[in-house]
Amino acid sequence: MAKTEIRMTGSGGQGVIMGTIILAEAAYEDGKHVVQCQAYGPEARGGSSKAETIVSDEKITYTKVIRPDMLLALTQVSLDKYVGCLKNNAIVVVDEEITVPDKIESLHTVYHLPILRGAEEVVKNRMSANIISVGVVNELLHVASQEAVEKAVLNHVPKGTEEVNLNALHYGAQLVQEAQK
Amino acid sequence: MGKRFQLLQGNEAVVEGGIAAGMRFYAGYPITPSTEIAERSALRLPQVGGKFIQMEDEIGGIAAALGASVAGLKSMTATSGPGFSLKQENIGYAAIAEIPIVIVDVQREGPSTGLPTSPSQGDLMQSKWGTHGDHPVIVISPSSVQECYTECIRAFNMAERFRVPVIFLMDEIIGHLREGCELIPSEELTISNRRVDRSFNGTLAYAVQEGNYVPEYAPFGEGDKFNVTGLFHDLDGFPTNDNNITDTQERRLLDKIRMRRDRIQKWEEFECEDCETMIICFGGTARAVQGAIEDSKKMDFIKLGMFRPITVWPFPEEALLKIIKENKHLRQIIVAEHNDGQMLLEVQRIVEGRVPVDFLGKIDGTTITPTDVIDKVKEVY
Amino acid sequence: MPSNLIEKTMRVNRLPHIWCPGCGHGILMRDVAQAIENCGLDPDKVVIVSGIGCSSRAAGYMNYNTLHTTHGRAIAFATGVKLANPDLHVIVITGDGDATAIGGNHLIHACRRNIDLTVIVFNNNIYGMTGGQYSPTTPHGEKGTTAPYGNIDYNFDIPQLAQAAGATFTGRCTAYHAQQAIKLIEAGIRHHGFSLIEGLSVCPTYYGRKNKKGDSVKMLTWQKDNAVDVKAAAKMTPEQLEGKFLIGELSSVENKEEYTDMYMKIIEKVGGDK
Repeated sequence: MAKTEIRMTGSGGQGVIMGTIILAEAAYEDGKHVVQCQAYGPEARGGSSKAETIVSDEKITYTKVIRPDMLLALTQVSLDKYVGCLKNNAIVVVDEEITVPDKIESLHTVYHLPILRGAEEVVKNRMSANIISVGVVNELLHVASQEAVEKAVLNHVPKGTEEVNLNALHYGAQLVQEAQK
Repeated sequence: MGKRFQLLQGNEAVVEGGIAAGMRFYAGYPITPSTEIAERSALRLPQVGGKFIQMEDEIGGIAAALGASVAGLKSMTATSGPGFSLKQENIGYAAIAEIPIVIVDVQREGPSTGLPTSPSQGDLMQSKWGTHGDHPVIVISPSSVQECYTECIRAFNMAERFRVPVIFLMDEIIGHLREGCELIPSEELTISNRRVDRSFNGTLAYAVQEGNYVPEYAPFGEGDKFNVTGLFHDLDGFPTNDNNITDTQERRLLDKIRMRRDRIQKWEEFECEDCETMIICFGGTARAVQGAIEDSKKMDFIKLGMFRPITVWPFPEEALLKIIKENKHLRQIIVAEHNDGQMLLEVQRIVEGRVPVDFLGKIDGTTITPTDVIDKVKEVY
Repeated sequence: MPSNLIEKTMRVNRLPHIWCPGCGHGILMRDVAQAIENCGLDPDKVVIVSGIGCSSRAAGYMNYNTLHTTHGRAIAFATGVKLANPDLHVIVITGDGDATAIGGNHLIHACRRNIDLTVIVFNNNIYGMTGGQYSPTTPHGEKGTTAPYGNIDYNFDIPQLAQAAGATFTGRCTAYHAQQAIKLIEAGIRHHGFSLIEGLSVCPTYYGRKNKKGDSVKMLTWQKDNAVDVKAAAKMTPEQLEGKFLIGELSSVENKEEYTDMYMKIIEKVGGDK
């Protein structure tokens, strides 16, 4: 695949960093080149949190995301902070509660998905919003095979939550499929 | 160790490289952005029979690591700027007492507490001159997670072979980066283990065999009851004020690196043979430079090359001069680094005006981007 | 002709030592060597670690594995040696400034860990090597070259400090009471855990002269007259103990697990011993 830059943002504790690690690990397992990094420091302690991964068939030189192909935001604050410098016709995924500026709506493909509500009500695990997000991103971009993503999820979730998190992953994909109908 | 190919953070790959090289002791103190090195060492070392200890401060960290090295274990400590400053005295101790050790410095921006989570390369000169007095030191700087692994192995090999402190000079860009890393099984690696020369009486610990350049004393506990000190010392390791001995010892310490630099220097040349503008950089900055070269190929642009010291000290001076001599197209050098111009000074010293040398630096805690590089190239062409 | 003990335990070709005439350090160094002998330790497995200062020059004269480190860091180096190879008997010789000022942090944390080191602080109440500046054990009100008007700092009680920090063996001895000192150091070496022994030395050159304490004989006599064995002190009244100081084994805890033992269990638990 062509070099794809993914940025996931949310508030500290929502697990967006882990989300990008899972995506990167899955894509790497499938033989892609990947890099993953994240914002550290006070930013990572509550407030908004930012994590990025780049996936490509070619060797990746520069390690930071410059113009995201995909931005996923779980909170209004994090969307506002990181919505700048998107690639032309990028994909923007936001939680349903978030208001997206008209300009962004008109220039990019925007999905409003019930990620946080789905975590609570459907998957019944508030902590799984990041895994739902992984399902969403992979359904939209196909950075890794379903098998590799499932394996990566299982590598990183706490014991006893495997089932719930696989459900979350599938739920994410389902949200995209329904939105695209 | 698990799978051969793993997605690892730079800070994690350093630990895996160290363990592959035979590291069996780590002592340190938590500090951003190097803490993952301590965390992974705490997890991994006991699994291979090694030891980890979190000391009460940075100085204790290097001191305990040196003690363990004297007792025969390959040892590491890791830190960042403020801690690197605190460790300096004992880096000099390792240099004069000829104790192998690897010291990782994951650089962060600014003096004092600065910007703890932002990338920088401002410790380049400190890595060479940080401790007082003339002293030998080897400094290696990786620019990928894979190099965190393979170059850390080389760092341990150099530390053992030359009995010097080796500084593994990382930056936040690489330390916190996750990417693929091949963990090479030990049977496929070249590992230098500590040589012990038993041809001398045990007390002549610091005697050097003819044709050799380092003393090869045994670890403590093996029967050679000698003295180790940070004072200038005679061949028994006993302190002396003798000026002739001081001169001989100091020169041997410096020459063991200086005279054998061709075995220590390592660098990467990328299209340096026919480029018009050559960018010199090290560590994480290389990723932006590589990105710029990649971008430049997609447009009608000045032919770029990259010269990247991997061993930053001793600087690969002869290699740089050779390019300057042989590349007839070369009309501009740009030194790119995340500081106010430290490697720049070294390059200017070596180039001596043969080619114009310009500078691209950042000291605001953000990273140099490929666009920054392209713009600079255009500006000075 | 050196005595048998000196011949056996010292680097005789490096003697005489650099300490001033009348210094108490030589006596204490000999006490340490005698204690090591009495414990029957294999000299090849004995490591002496020291820092910087008058006391720390002892390491160089002693015929063991000797590590003369940087100022204040002896205990941190020793921690590395011991954890790297728990079979070694690691003894630290340090001074009042080395152990409780610049190295104070390492001292309290080694106490806390209960790592099996025997630390002997040669306390001469002054910085001798640099010429007589006040140290953390210079008594309140006394003089040093940097306290020309009298020392307004209060001084440490080193064994109490160590005990409070978690040391599982503490004691005090003097240069005068050599036999008791040897026994105490011996007990400290035999103790499996962190032992701290304060060895009261005498510094007639700086501390003594600055504070008009007289010559070495007079200072040693003062030790003789004012030291009270801890067992004898138990039968004395506070009035009788006024102005005296205690010597002997001051505290001991036997049931606290030692650091390297615990670490070896971790290695075993995670399979690193295979």
